[in-house]
Amino acid sequence: MEKFVPSEGLVAPMDRANVDTDAIIPKQYLKSIKRTGYGPNLFDAWRYLDHGEPGMDHSKRRLNPDFVLNHPRYRGATVLLARENFGCGSSREHAPWALLQYGFQAVIAPSFADIFYSNSLKNGLLLIRLDPKTVDRLFKEADAAAGYRLAVDLDAQTVTTPRGESFGFEIDPFVKHCLLNGLDEIGLTLRHADKIKAFETQHRAEQPWLFQ
Amino acid sequence: MTVGTRARTLYDKLWDSHVVHVAKDGMTLLYIDRHLVHEVTSPQAYEGLKLAGRKPWRVDSIVATADHNTPTRNWDKGIAGIADPVSRLQVETLDHNIKEYGARVYFPFLDKQQGIVHVIGPEQGATLPGMTLVCGDSHTSTHGALGCLAFGIGTSEVEHVLATQCLAMKKTKSLNIVVEGTLGRGITAKDVILAIIGKIGSGGGTGYTIEYTGAAIRALSMEGRMTLCNMSIEAGARAGMVAVDDQTIEYVRGRPLAPKGAMWDRAEAYWRTLVSDTGAKFDRVVTLDARSIQPQVTWGTNPQMVTTIDGKVPDPAQEKDPVQREWITRALRYMDLKPNTPITEIRPDKVFIGACTNSRIEDLRVAAQVVKGRKVAPGIKLAIVVPGSGLVKRQAEKEGLDRIFTAAGFEWREPGCSMCLGMNDDQLSPGERCASTSNRNFEGRQGPGGRTHLVSPAMAAAAAIAGHFVDVRAF
Repeated sequence: MEKFVPSEGLVAPMDRANVDTDAIIPKQYLKSIKRTGYGPNLFDAWRYLDHGEPGMDHSKRRLNPDFVLNHPRYRGATVLLARENFGCGSSREHAPWALLQYGFQAVIAPSFADIFYSNSLKNGLLLIRLDPKTVDRLFKEADAAAGYRLAVDLDAQTVTTPRGESFGFEIDPFVKHCLLNGLDEIGLTLRHADKIKAFETQHRAEQPWLFQ
Repeated sequence: MTVGTRARTLYDKLWDSHVVHVAKDGMTLLYIDRHLVHEVTSPQAYEGLKLAGRKPWRVDSIVATADHNTPTRNWDKGIAGIADPVSRLQVETLDHNIKEYGARVYFPFLDKQQGIVHVIGPEQGATLPGMTLVCGDSHTSTHGALGCLAFGIGTSEVEHVLATQCLAMKKTKSLNIVVEGTLGRGITAKDVILAIIGKIGSGGGTGYTIEYTGAAIRALSMEGRMTLCNMSIEAGARAGMVAVDDQTIEYVRGRPLAPKGAMWDRAEAYWRTLVSDTGAKFDRVVTLDARSIQPQVTWGTNPQMVTTIDGKVPDPAQEKDPVQREWITRALRYMDLKPNTPITEIRPDKVFIGACTNSRIEDLRVAAQVVKGRKVAPGIKLAIVVPGSGLVKRQAEKEGLDRIFTAAGFEWREPGCSMCLGMNDDQLSPGERCASTSNRNFEGRQGPGGRTHLVSPAMAAAAAIAGHFVDVRAF
């Protein structure tokens, strides 16, 4: 797991419900066998006016001026504000890779899809669930003031507005611990290798057909 | 194995029987019996394993195939038949990784038993009741049809399972979806699951594991149950399942990787316990009346955006919630549909019968029955049938289904994921509309700018013949 770095940053509002992982990173970029290089293709079909394929020089493509991330006031945003069920659809981990490699460190929404949630946290992209009313308010504030920023404190589990108003959020203590310390989850699991072996021996005795 | 006196759900039983370790905070190490691997989500996991100097924990848990990038034509050209060099490299990388690390069985591109990973799992007996089964693909929920705990995982988790045979996770809440009564004539599992998603929404199952119960679910064939469980993720649930019954047992019996002889008897005795106990408590229960379910067609860019064949495209002006209104407005713009358009007036350009949702032999039989002796309408540019596996393809050819399709004007292709997500050459062009038996109608899913309408195989076949969506029951 990558470490989450405490973040205070510019907010970009993505005012759409049910943003799916096909929209976050389209299928043609899933052909890559690498973990890197997805940033230029985040929200590819919305962000550019022309069709993109792997291997293109994306800096030369025509940007869609109406797409929120292309607005000059949101350049350099590190916090994405989103609506309900963000990240629904496929299990592609390329979605959090693309968000992180674009420069986002945290996403705030009323709800996230389960697989996307787990994939994101494993890569150090912090997903913050706030109640729909609070998210709505943050959308209004981000819209009203250019340069709107939020401070995210994982240790304190708070999101703080420029006026100093704080909202608490929930996160699993184990996940928080891993995020704060950038722990290797596989390494942690392998500390229980003896237990896994013991379980396997018993499981094999009970259901031998699983080991044929 | 934890055995209490408390009445347990099927999910409880599957979970309890795989717990390796529980930490104080409830984080559980869950043992994984079967790991299905395909070319798209595994290369970075194998790379991570190698970089860390680790070895797979148990390679005989792995069953692998290449399905997402593989072409559905030009198999005679061999690996060169994958025209896109980036796709070809991904398929070759899987070959290389399996050769280096090993697997219980591998069905590479061009193998006679290759196919969509979620079709070949059950078909080969690689999926068995009582298992925990994972794959780096969200439609892994399909396998829950056999009474196992099956769910999609990301690439980090693929690496975690390769290295440790476990996942660290917390138990989800449980959702019981009950479909009571008898389905009407011509109503399929696809219509049932689309109706469920329409009712609970695409986030309705988030944080839950679903068990489908009720007379209508019992009456579904095993392949119908796979269609049902396949789209659990479209309702937000990572896993969906159906309890073991006689049908499950008969389906598994004799499959290549299923136990045999005395081992079979022992397995069967255990599998028959894989039902929710009477009185077992679910966190939430949703009930549908089977008789109210009509043929379903999606009109928008999310599976939740669905109505019945006699319905109309909704009017966003009727939606009070501003976020929902904006969502519908945007979807209609993308789909180029006007509010209140009758569904039967929507005319597809292409028809796709296939995908892990609906590419099994029963799906092809139902579709063939509709098209038999008829012709694809002149307005349809392309109608393709893509069987789910090499074995499904050969069975269909044995039954003459391929000739029924080709005589009607369909193309009969080689197996793979194909136009469900268009990672190969099978794609929609911008603006094209498709009647599709796949599972996702997201923007650009079947090709950039493509417009997807999700339907059952029978409804897709009927739309191909009529040139517009039509009630297959009146056919």
